[in-house]
Amino acid sequence: MSTEPSSTADGTQLSAAELQARVEELEATVADLEADDEQQKMTIVATQGTFDMAYPPLILASTAAAFGWDVVVFHTFWGLDILHEEKSQALQLSAVGNPNMPMPNALAALPGMDRLATRMMENRIDDNGTATITELIDLSLEQGVELQACQMTIELMEYDEDDFYDDVTVGVGAATALQHMAESDIQLLV
Amino acid sequence: MSVTYDVTETLDVKGVSCPMPVVKTKSAIDDVPEGGILEVVATDKGSMSDLDGWAAGTNGVELLEQFEDGDVYKHYIEKTA
Repeated sequence: MSTEPSSTADGTQLSAAELQARVEELEATVADLEADDEQQKMTIVATQGTFDMAYPPLILASTAAAFGWDVVVFHTFWGLDILHEEKSQALQLSAVGNPNMPMPNALAALPGMDRLATRMMENRIDDNGTATITELIDLSLEQGVELQACQMTIELMEYDEDDFYDDVTVGVGAATALQHMAESDIQLLV
Repeated sequence: MSVTYDVTETLDVKGVSCPMPVVKTKSAIDDVPEGGILEVVATDKGSMSDLDGWAAGTNGVELLEQFEDGDVYKHYIEKTA
């Protein structure tokens, strides 16, 4: 390498030592960026609080954690009930307007039909060896999935922060969710 | 299925379905020393594709073999790092 001073694009004169330092600095930056790229990131926004819609985000999140991914699930509106310790154990299927229910809407609208449909699904889940919602939440948290509860919705629904599972992240809003989404390889709205 | 593996540990995930076989495999492989082999025994048909995909997308593990053996699916995963 020449020891003659070199100039940068803006014409500034740099000595060989300064250039060397600059090269090392840039190499360190590239190494950091590459390290960041290694870990995949996923953000899921969970907006639904019915029994059937609680499953997809939890299954994807716990599986992604098993891949070693950095996973955030942002729970907002009815999706917040998934993180609510008491409500999460009483989530209901909606029989009305659900084309997968083997009954006409006129019947599905009768009192008790949601409860019946939910009970049927719970039995099938049990027979199939599928995990319960509570098990999937515990599993996700154990594996380091960040389950976030939208602060605005907590206040809207008049929930107490103590109502949620331990280790649920509270005090976060749309900007936090967007920030993680912007850095994520995968973003899903459920 | 001709090879007999020197299995370090066996994980029994019979009777549970997605995502449990993958999630429990991940937990189990964490406790296997480098160079060790984890045997996973599952009844979930999806475990054949899922564990293949998980191993391909996860650093430090290699799926050596997987096959159907009677009414179970067997998977052999080496911890390479």
